[in-house]
Amino acid sequence: MANDKHSLRVTDKYSPQVISVSSWRAFTGTLKRDLLLVFRRRSDVVNPLLFFTIVVTLFPLGISPESEFLAQIAAGVLWVAALLATLLSLDSLFQQDMADGSLEQLVISPHPLAVMVLSKVLVHWLVTGLPLTLLAPLLAVMMFLPDEGYSTLFLTLLMGTPTLSLVGAIGAALTVGLRRTGVLMTLLILPLYIPVLIFGTGAVISAVNGMAVAGHLAIMGAMLMVALVMAPLAAGAALRISLNG
Amino acid sequence: MWKTFVAWFHRMGSPKWFYDITGRWIPWFAVASALLLIAGTVWALAFAPEDYQQGNSFRIIYIHVPAAILAQSIFFLMAMAGAVGLIWKMKVADMVAKSCAPIGASMTFIALFTGAVWGKPTWGAWWVWDARLTAMLILLFLYFGVIALQSAFDSKQSGARASAILSLVGVVNIPIIKYSVEWWNTLHQPATFTLTEKPAMPAEMWVPLLVMVIGFYCFFGTILMMRTRNEILEREKRTHWVQGLLSKK
Repeated sequence: MANDKHSLRVTDKYSPQVISVSSWRAFTGTLKRDLLLVFRRRSDVVNPLLFFTIVVTLFPLGISPESEFLAQIAAGVLWVAALLATLLSLDSLFQQDMADGSLEQLVISPHPLAVMVLSKVLVHWLVTGLPLTLLAPLLAVMMFLPDEGYSTLFLTLLMGTPTLSLVGAIGAALTVGLRRTGVLMTLLILPLYIPVLIFGTGAVISAVNGMAVAGHLAIMGAMLMVALVMAPLAAGAALRISLNG
Repeated sequence: MWKTFVAWFHRMGSPKWFYDITGRWIPWFAVASALLLIAGTVWALAFAPEDYQQGNSFRIIYIHVPAAILAQSIFFLMAMAGAVGLIWKMKVADMVAKSCAPIGASMTFIALFTGAVWGKPTWGAWWVWDARLTAMLILLFLYFGVIALQSAFDSKQSGARASAILSLVGVVNIPIIKYSVEWWNTLHQPATFTLTEKPAMPAEMWVPLLVMVIGFYCFFGTILMMRTRNEILEREKRTHWVQGLLSKK
């Protein structure tokens, strides 16, 4: 890595040789650290999944247990529950780092803040979005989703949950320094989640009715790309503001 | 030309100069909006012809459309002012953005409310899950988010910057939300005014509407300047010129 063109050169007062750390190493370093932290506090992984399962269970109890009826609302219920589970888990994205001061270290480091934010979002997706996506087909069985919908449900969640994590990171970054962030973050983030919800459920319903889903999936992919490029920058700028105020 | 604009732009960044110049503009804007709104309302309610399908109930368009147009343009202005505040660190831009939010939220609410009143005789329901209505409702939620974030911070500067970022994110999202709900469900008639095409209505109907739209813009300008001046006085109350202003009266 020493010859990497994009590396940053930092001269250490105590060791005369040049220490260079590339932004890629900063990315993987943050990734490793965050994964280790999650591994040490495993309840953070399990709780959103439990929440997801319980919310889905409420619908048959609250509305109707009949299979024809549940089949119609299955896609929407699973998507809304995934949305809420992601939203509630966003609190943990920056809160812990804010409390122990490591967030400030990330902000004053010479690497682009967006790179580290992206790494943290990736960890968040790996521990909430990905398990949700894997769990969803199982819950879809309980909701009597017609067979044609499974692969599409899985694909839309696979592309949609990273978008949710990325957009949610902006809200988490804006509210990280504040007291009682939960309700405020819901107000900020849920309106921005609506397009993902519309195309996610739209694709599954199209698949169940035997229509083409490629268009829906393409738009979800486009939304993911836009979020991937812009959300880390916005979240980075928001973090700097939150730390000042 | 460019130099005069840059000089003007920089002077606009000074709260004192902004306060002085808007103090001179407000009477003009207020008189213009009063004249336009009175003329437009009388024309629209008394002289414009009835709609051959909807009868007199269509006349609510003269409130509904201007409010809906303003609701969207105010969000755009708020995001632009927020961007100016973020990039050039102009205090006045932050204050303008802050003053925009409640006005925009009220306009969105007026558009939704008049839409519901109009929907009852036309569609037979107060509310339908139509694309435009849903998009407006989401716009209202975005406004509420911006207002809530502004007041959540202890420091006014951080609140202004955070809500500037949120409104920029919102501006990127508004077209996405608009098209997603449009493909999802559509019942609403297409836009009344577009820049490229002649309106489908006869001139006796759309000319008063245009008068109302311009009147609403002037009204918004007046209210925005008044709110921003209040905000300036509030935030600059420790400065010499505000103290002088207060002791003079």
